[in-house]
Amino acid sequence: MKITGDAPSALSALDRPNSYIGRSVPRPNLARLTQGRAQYVSDVTLPRMAHVAFVRSPYAHARITAIDTAAAKKSPGVVAVVTGAELSKVITPWVGVLTHLKGIKSAPQHAIAIERACWQGEAVCAVVARTRAEAEDGCELVDVTYQELPAVTGAETALDPSTPIIHPELGDNLTFERKHEAGDPDKGFADADAVVETTFIFGRHTGVTNEPRAIVADWNPGEARLTVYQGTQAPHMMQNLFAKHLGLEEHQVRVLTKDVGGSFGIKVHTYPDEMATVALSKLLKRPVKFVADRIESFVTDIHARDHRVKAKIGVKNDGTITAFEIDDLTGIGPYSVYPRTSGIEANQIVNLTGGPYTCPNYRARARVVFQNKNVMCQYRAVGHPIATAVTEGLVELAAARIGCDPLEIRRRNLIPDDGYPCTGASGIKFEQLSHHECLAHLDAMMNYAGLRAEQERLRAHGVHRGIGFAAFIEVTNPSAAFYGVGGAKISAQDGVTMKLDAQGALICQTGVTEQGQGAEAVIAQVAATAFGVPIERVRVITGDTDNTPYGGGTWASRAAGIGGEAAWQAGKALRANVLACAASILQAKPEGLDIRNGAIVDGATGTERLPLHELARIAYFRPDTLPPGFQAELMATRHYVPRAWPFAFTNGIQASYLEVDTNTGFVTLLKHWCVEDCGTIINPQLVDEQIRGGVVQGLGGALFEHCLYDERGQMLNGNMADYLVPMAAEMPDIEIGHVVSPTADSELGAKGAGEAGTAGAPGAVMNAVNDALRPLGAQPITTMPLAPEVILRALGRV
Amino acid sequence: MSERFHDIVLTVNGEDVRERVDARKTLVDFLREDLSLTGSHVGCEHGVCGACTVRVDGVVLRGCLMLAVQCDGAHVETIEGVSDRGEIADLQSAFETRNALQCGYCTPGMLLTAQELLARGGVPSRDEIRAHISGNYCRCTGYQAIVDAVEAVAQARAGGRR
Repeated sequence: MKITGDAPSALSALDRPNSYIGRSVPRPNLARLTQGRAQYVSDVTLPRMAHVAFVRSPYAHARITAIDTAAAKKSPGVVAVVTGAELSKVITPWVGVLTHLKGIKSAPQHAIAIERACWQGEAVCAVVARTRAEAEDGCELVDVTYQELPAVTGAETALDPSTPIIHPELGDNLTFERKHEAGDPDKGFADADAVVETTFIFGRHTGVTNEPRAIVADWNPGEARLTVYQGTQAPHMMQNLFAKHLGLEEHQVRVLTKDVGGSFGIKVHTYPDEMATVALSKLLKRPVKFVADRIESFVTDIHARDHRVKAKIGVKNDGTITAFEIDDLTGIGPYSVYPRTSGIEANQIVNLTGGPYTCPNYRARARVVFQNKNVMCQYRAVGHPIATAVTEGLVELAAARIGCDPLEIRRRNLIPDDGYPCTGASGIKFEQLSHHECLAHLDAMMNYAGLRAEQERLRAHGVHRGIGFAAFIEVTNPSAAFYGVGGAKISAQDGVTMKLDAQGALICQTGVTEQGQGAEAVIAQVAATAFGVPIERVRVITGDTDNTPYGGGTWASRAAGIGGEAAWQAGKALRANVLACAASILQAKPEGLDIRNGAIVDGATGTERLPLHELARIAYFRPDTLPPGFQAELMATRHYVPRAWPFAFTNGIQASYLEVDTNTGFVTLLKHWCVEDCGTIINPQLVDEQIRGGVVQGLGGALFEHCLYDERGQMLNGNMADYLVPMAAEMPDIEIGHVVSPTADSELGAKGAGEAGTAGAPGAVMNAVNDALRPLGAQPITTMPLAPEVILRALGRV
Repeated sequence: MSERFHDIVLTVNGEDVRERVDARKTLVDFLREDLSLTGSHVGCEHGVCGACTVRVDGVVLRGCLMLAVQCDGAHVETIEGVSDRGEIADLQSAFETRNALQCGYCTPGMLLTAQELLARGGVPSRDEIRAHISGNYCRCTGYQAIVDAVEAVAQARAGGRR
């Protein structure tokens, strides 16, 4: 393990000549994006394509007693008006459960509601027309008669006997419950000198991808094939689901994903309106396009984070943490989302709480309940921001109680860097983390002592600044333990196919997908390094189930760590194949040769022996000149899945420095720091930008973003004027540092980095606000978003 | 319904365009659907996110808050035209080098907005850059890389004039 600078240099373990590993190579696919030449699904137009718009339930819970489509069918441009009952003849419903989440239950969900709508925004009828505008005109003429039913909205009361049961056949409104106990929490609390107990509230928020969800489905009866252009993170998963629910074989379905205008976990789920679009194409035998508009995004894109966590920490006067206890409750809407379920976030909170620390005594309960609001499911950093804010909130409250410095209490309790491998109190397994190294790096990088002095100095002038920290762990590189063992057809392995083209360039096809995070760049860097060509000679193909190896796609920070390793192995395999061919041509031994900078060279001297384009020319066009019996194989495929560890945990620590206006409750973010350890860094710039973007996404949830519902289940702020997202003016500069502990599970040693920023930022900001307000006697704030009103209430000003 | 459709004549990226448009059609939908200029994006359709940013008669504005029919006689410029003319080649290059975009959906609008600031000359402060682009939503980058790229171009352009 070593501390590196903010721009780490090439790593010795992977230090092939002309290595691109560890270099900030610009992404190869950016120019088309800056020139307005991208191809998002929203941009796709096909011959005979029609557009669908949906009539959506205005009620959170209502019986659909009649749908009159006659007027809509006569509306100009309308091609078809289709109800849920009609569509159910071509698409089957689904149930979002997994067997490894014991006891999780949900009800069958239809592409379009039949008889009953269970949240405001659920589609109840589809109108297909020549244009989107005409489809919307048609929607206005669909006459739906509803009988409003009582809406279950509060998670706290969802399990009360007096509360109606949303799906009576399930027996109650409990989706999933998990209990966990480790060590002796009762003894831990009894041994503590102080016990701090509080309740954390996390507001519902959502992904607000700049490009809304978009899909174009094209069923061609002439070839019995369905081609789907979809902004998705997981094309092969969707291929399986489209086939399964339309009664097709997977080979009859092709999913294409080119540019995607932001995902963050929003675009990795099964959405009823997208399934309906595909079914409508099958029904109508022509391409059908659906692009969610912004209000549809707010009421149908998955929400996340709506958790109430009662939490407790025990601490001795010397700073030793003696026990953690949490009781998490979350409402996830009327259905567990398919196929990943809506039990994962609560499950992660149980897994991750207390995770950075040695304390063995831990008790946790998580309950997931149904309600008549939009569904909740996995969104960037699933569970991490909550587990981290709860843990780190408790740690800083405990530190304040016993009069200990917040960094010092962490030094006394973080798992020692030489204490690995080890197992956390929740049962999670750590290969090698670096909490103390990261903390030391952060301490120096932010000049903690200097900031404390500045804070004191300014406080004398009535300026209230706060410093807050959040140590965190992040789940990355998931093995089949995440979904596969539970029965979901979501691939944990991924592959790369690499071939030498006829001019000696390298073509890489991979199952991981590009969502803007830089997967194509990372695959290109690894491929160029492993094989031995300049990166300009590498072309990466993603997002096409017909033309990429079967794979999981992009989620849970897996693309670089898993796809990258597959590229490394494929590159090595193709290099061996090409060197065998070169040896045959040159009458040399393959082990004496290498490929460097696009040419076969003598391994010892580096002298060029044969350019790759010449090798390709001979192998493809003059194989007759090769020795009898020799067949060149200029294409190789390798797959990779982590096997030694269920997940490659990463770790890090963040700090926030901010100022609170005690008159208005406004928070000004002054600076943010993150030191993170994602193992081998393939592209330092891309890692840093993942962290920065992730931090800001976390800051949004901490300070602004909130899906507000009334007691009838009506979303009150489903537009971007009322739902606040982070904009440039409110965001601070973010300084990033790195510690590098490669995973030994792969040769590359890379772990994921996509969610670290989002994991830690909310906890750090919450702690900083409390640090600013503590001398004023304010109540500790444990509610997010940290809106001005929340802060003024804590100060007793309102 | 006779007043619903209107003939308009305008230039788009320097090319003459004559079309009959539905009165309710927004400028950005007209550009994307009728002219296949898909570089201008639709994000929120109510003027908040800035993904649809275009220039009309030299003014940077939101393509979702203006109707196509209002552009009769106007000179409209989109990312495709500005890009092809090379006007912002240095800014595009800075965005690519600094990774000031991830998914790229906000980028055309962000570039046109940034160019509006840069065209005023001088080297704006980081706070001024942040304020100027604060009407353009980017979910991916956290904005710092964008600020860095714009700042670098401002410095380079100012340096070049000396």
